[in-house]
Amino acid sequence: MTNEELIARLQDIDPSISVDAGEWPNAHIEATAWPVLAPALRLCDELAFDYLFCLTCVDWKTHLTMVYHLTSTRHRHHLVVKSKLDREAPSIRTVSDIWRTAEFHEREVFEMFGVHFEEHPDLRKLILPDDWQGYPLRKDYEDPVNMIKL
Amino acid sequence: MTDMTQTVTNYTDKQPAKFPGLVQETPGGGILSGPLDDVVNWARSNSLWPLTFATSCCGIEMMSTAAAKYDFARFGFEVARATPRQADVIIIAGTIVNKMAPVLKRLYDQMADPKYVIAMGACAISGGPFFYNTYSVVKGADHVIPVDVYVAGCPPRPEALLHALITLQEKIRLGIRERVDIDGTKI
Repeated sequence: MTNEELIARLQDIDPSISVDAGEWPNAHIEATAWPVLAPALRLCDELAFDYLFCLTCVDWKTHLTMVYHLTSTRHRHHLVVKSKLDREAPSIRTVSDIWRTAEFHEREVFEMFGVHFEEHPDLRKLILPDDWQGYPLRKDYEDPVNMIKL
Repeated sequence: MTDMTQTVTNYTDKQPAKFPGLVQETPGGGILSGPLDDVVNWARSNSLWPLTFATSCCGIEMMSTAAAKYDFARFGFEVARATPRQADVIIIAGTIVNKMAPVLKRLYDQMADPKYVIAMGACAISGGPFFYNTYSVVKGADHVIPVDVYVAGCPPRPEALLHALITLQEKIRLGIRERVDIDGTKI
């Protein structure tokens, strides 16, 4: 599927999605739309996004953005899904039941950015010690003991 | 590159270091005489088995130093051991993070005396590129265990590591064992 067809197909599914064209189409969605859109991306035969190869988060100081990079091993097309989250209480539906790999990636985003993934089966810290306080990858993170500020 | 090779060549000219004793010929063999410490140090310096311990990219250079082209076995670093109980020297090849620090300490404690430490590369010396604005990196492995030889670089070339290893051998042969522990006491 070409990028134009892909964008048209996405807007068929949900007309509220805005998509930036380019080499990698960027779909900007509301967090509330994600529980419906994610299974559609995976299960729809024309889209068949069966590979979530990157799941991360960006701290913009005013808000957080979840970023999902998807590709289809069948159709060889790609899509980036971005969703703006409230920085004070960031929350979005897990996709670990749709793309299994997301289970660990979401745990990492959870510990590093403090995003809560609704219905995640095992939302514990992944790398940091269990008693760790704070979210190290947020831009305003302070650690006076271990961190030397430049 | 040329300078580096030159330095190593200078050292290799001294290899193997002169045996610190005399062999006195007697009928049917010989008697070896010399200061015991010197002989022991000479023996130790020529058989230093490193521990297989690499935490990041310096490990690749260490492997290269161990492999055929540079081959540190030529100088007595015969074979890398996968257990600290059989190792004499630990080459800290890479970044030490706060979670790795207790593991490094434990490995060092499990090594049998006499044991030696080489801090390889900027990360092991001071945290290197991760000195500022990081919550997870130990700012120098000498916060955790005492270090004998530091080798600068990011990562150091195999020649530089060889130079560090040979420097360690000279230190051992000269009997320099005075080291300061992390709390300032002599060990």
